[in-house]
Amino acid sequence: MFELLEYTFFQNALLCTILIGVSCGLIGTYIVAKRMVFISGGITHASFGGLGLAYFLGLSPLFGAAVFALAAAFCILYLSDSKRFKEDSLIGIFWSAGMAIGVLFIYLTPGYAPNLLSYLFGNILTVTGEQVALSLVLCLVIVLFFAKFYRPLFYIAFDKEYSRTHFVALNGLEIGVTALIALCIVLCMKLAGIILVISYLTMPQAIAGMFHKNFTKQLVWSTIVSCGGSIIGLFASAALKLPSGATIVLCFLAIFLICYFWKKKK
Amino acid sequence: MKELLELKGITAGYEQTVVLRDVNLAIHAHDFIGIIGPNGGGKTTLLKVILGLLKPFSGEIVYHVSKQSLFGYLPQNSRFDARFPISVKEVVLSGLMSEKGIFKAYTKVDRKRVEEILEVYGMSDYKNRPIGELSGGQMQRVFLCRAIISSPKILILDEPSTYVDANFEMEFYSLLKELNEKMSIVMVSHDLGTICSYVKTIACVNGGLHYHESNLITPEQLKLYNCPIELISHGTVPHRVLLEHDETIENKRIQ
Repeated sequence: MFELLEYTFFQNALLCTILIGVSCGLIGTYIVAKRMVFISGGITHASFGGLGLAYFLGLSPLFGAAVFALAAAFCILYLSDSKRFKEDSLIGIFWSAGMAIGVLFIYLTPGYAPNLLSYLFGNILTVTGEQVALSLVLCLVIVLFFAKFYRPLFYIAFDKEYSRTHFVALNGLEIGVTALIALCIVLCMKLAGIILVISYLTMPQAIAGMFHKNFTKQLVWSTIVSCGGSIIGLFASAALKLPSGATIVLCFLAIFLICYFWKKKK
Repeated sequence: MKELLELKGITAGYEQTVVLRDVNLAIHAHDFIGIIGPNGGGKTTLLKVILGLLKPFSGEIVYHVSKQSLFGYLPQNSRFDARFPISVKEVVLSGLMSEKGIFKAYTKVDRKRVEEILEVYGMSDYKNRPIGELSGGQMQRVFLCRAIISSPKILILDEPSTYVDANFEMEFYSLLKELNEKMSIVMVSHDLGTICSYVKTIACVNGGLHYHESNLITPEQLKLYNCPIELISHGTVPHRVLLEHDETIENKRIQ
């Protein structure tokens, strides 16, 4: 199995998996703490619209997905804050409309769409050097952002009204974290695909949450579990010749169940 | 005395409904203002305007001091997610956000301040507990710590009597008296007894605001301003009792 490490494509895949693991570990902890899992699902599926449109126009699908993900993230947060719409209805609209746009444009594009399945379910083994470099940049930005701002970020998430009585610049911080959530989701799509992204942002956090009820520790442990689980899953998928995205998700599930029963026995 | 903050001709409300009309109020150093009034009269709306949480339709808020560590706020019901992964220590530390902004790091000295204040309020044993695992009274004590750790210039309390339990009540109010030497306090309360024995001045809020320069409510004032005292005391507290109501009687009642 380890002879795979000699191949460039696998080195790229491994490196990218670690970078995504770290990014999702951090971003996911915020998403889970703030109960934004469903919002993240909406953003993920809305990005499919951008993917389809970019595909139709002959642009980079990931670029299209990123634009749509950012737009959806800001629209959902802004519109639900304004209290004119219910948040869950909004998410439903973006979720399905994004998918519809995607399906339509892919249908309109002449010829067969060979990579489509890899965007729905992910295929990390086809990651390019350029994508690894992009992942590295985004991962660094996320790590630095959390290292610098994790306290105000979680304090504001915990009690926004109270934070506002302290006149802190919470809008800037929220814009920053929203953009990073959207971009992290797009990055993760390469590994997990649109359908499985959510598990990367919730399962490591659920595992860390079983042992730690403090966001600082949850940040650290989610990242460790997220990285560890992804690496084990990647090797398992290569060894057993299974799709990487699904194998990693099942790997998280296995860790979750082991921890659950181990904790129960204790 | 030094003026900290001034509301000038504030009209405020939600969407199309006006709750407060043309309200003027100045908060000075060492004030202890009790805010009374009927439900829906605008007490909480007034607090929200003072705190900058609600933008008034018209009028202005003049700050005569810097906004840093201006407010300590103890909400009536902290609406938060009980399963949010945050410990008691961190909740209290978040009370320093005004000093720190989003860029400054929290230091060992800050954490020491947290330990000290938790010690004073008897919550040291709980410092590492998730906030959601505490009882209602304990939670409010933690939120009080959060409100005062930064030594704010104005401490704002919304209905403390609803969450302060009998054991803690006396302690709580004598504590407020102590704090009042260092900071101004604005307190909304339904508890007329409390208002009269602890506060220095009273503001009646019922759509508008009427300010009384003392903590005694006279029948003349009631008549003149049409203050809703009877409503909030359920119409059974004769006025004479209020005038005679002093701290010792109040304390006996609690014991």
